[in-house]
Amino acid sequence: MTLSRETLINLILIVLLAAVPFVALGIGQPFYITLATRIAILALAAVGLNLVLGLGGLVSFGHAAFFGIGGYVAGILAAHASSGEALMFGLAGSDQMPVIWLVTLIVCGIVGLAIGAVSLRTSGVYFIMITLAFSQMIYYFAVSWPAYGGEDGLSILVRNRFPGVNSMKPISYFLICLGMLIAGLGLFSLIRASRFGAALQAARQNAVRVAAVGISPYPIRLAAFTLSGMITGVAGALYADLNRFASPSMISWHMSGELIVLIVLGGTGRLFGPVAGAMLYVVFEFALGGLTERWQFFLGLILLAVVLFARGGLLGLLAGKARHG
Amino acid sequence: MLLEVASLKAFYGASQALFNVDLTVSEGEVVALMGRNGMGKTTTIRAVCNLTPPRGGSVRLAGTDLRGRRPHHVARLGIGLVPEGRRCFPNLTVEENLVAAARSGAWTLERVNTLFPRLKERRDQMALSLSGGEQQMLAIGRALMTNPRLLILDEATEGLAPVIRQDIWAAIRTLKQDGLSILVVDKTLPELLPVADRCTILENGRSVWTGRPAELDKTLQDRFLGI
Repeated sequence: MTLSRETLINLILIVLLAAVPFVALGIGQPFYITLATRIAILALAAVGLNLVLGLGGLVSFGHAAFFGIGGYVAGILAAHASSGEALMFGLAGSDQMPVIWLVTLIVCGIVGLAIGAVSLRTSGVYFIMITLAFSQMIYYFAVSWPAYGGEDGLSILVRNRFPGVNSMKPISYFLICLGMLIAGLGLFSLIRASRFGAALQAARQNAVRVAAVGISPYPIRLAAFTLSGMITGVAGALYADLNRFASPSMISWHMSGELIVLIVLGGTGRLFGPVAGAMLYVVFEFALGGLTERWQFFLGLILLAVVLFARGGLLGLLAGKARHG
Repeated sequence: MLLEVASLKAFYGASQALFNVDLTVSEGEVVALMGRNGMGKTTTIRAVCNLTPPRGGSVRLAGTDLRGRRPHHVARLGIGLVPEGRRCFPNLTVEENLVAAARSGAWTLERVNTLFPRLKERRDQMALSLSGGEQQMLAIGRALMTNPRLLILDEATEGLAPVIRQDIWAAIRTLKQDGLSILVVDKTLPELLPVADRCTILENGRSVWTGRPAELDKTLQDRFLGI
């Protein structure tokens, strides 16, 4: 089997990302490990969004809601675990990552189902606005909830645990996040190759025609939206554990925008688009942010250039138009 | 009777496109829906599939009332539509186009590939990179993958090269031999009439003549189909 150009580039990207922390340790600059971990987490969040945005063509401007919910689930469970106070319904908190992720999946699944069920009845600009509205509702709820920090956010005193691994060690935590990213990418590629994935993409290209072959677009989109929120939610839980802090800023509309920007930079609908986008974004933020406080201005210029001259994003530029890889 | 359309009326906004269309297709029958441009052939098909919901009359498939059902529900009840202009999903591969529509039954990927070997050769290509004829094969294949009881072909060979037309007609004849019920719209009478068991002619949104192809003489052709 010969590797397509895109597959090759994908392999290079993931190897590059995986190599960063080891090089960082080698040159005695462990800070770069945190940077690579941030890339892996943002990429995972964007993989989730890519499911609806890239495959389904649905521009959700509210995915920060899931990202933030994931963060708060991690924060709240950890807070209760350390204080020993019972959570609602007498349930105990937990400082175990697998438990936190499971709870995140359940909560984000329920929220995603609810937001999706309402939002997907609209389309186009209305869909963008209604997803934004839902995430802003959750944002203001977090801001005005004093029990869990309100506007100040919620600190996680000790990073949550992962069985058999010392998650406090930066490189171990990076590997956990990289593992989750790879799992997310695997899930995305499975979905894309499935009949469900084909129908989701077909619905993006021609919703009327999909109905005419006997598939109702709504439940397919709803399933995709829910799944997408769940993936982004887990990334949020990881992000809160990375910073040991969950804050309302994770739910702000800036975050939703950032996720969309990541995908557009990397390549919409492509398996590794989010990875390429997150790498570009974090590296820009770091390199340009060191030079000027107004680094976002330059990011804007780059985004403009991508939209005008490289519609397929970085991957489109490198691997050509064909989508499969 | 498989498809039973009676006194069908349909509108685009305020303007009435169908006034009174009667049309039937029995099990295993090939019916040609004929008429000049703008007489209501496509609208009739859209109304049957509920893509343009009819405002009067009745549409029944094997006795089941289709009116008021969503288009995807109509498709699941057994109507496979090959729309005018083909409308494949451009950014899916040939195989994805077929698989997306698949429902279990006698028609499988293998059987579609046997009917149209070209599709097998092109399985990993994006539909947008196919020629018009190949896209038509794909659109027919996609409709067959839903395992329909009735296949509807709107402008089956319009805009295709003569060689490709022959392939499409050959496929339609094969489907007829297999016993599939087909409602077909096309303008090439020399090919259409030998395949059809019956013809229904529309004029100004009304069905004005139904009969066997042999009865469709020169006078009738000039009156209803001539340009």
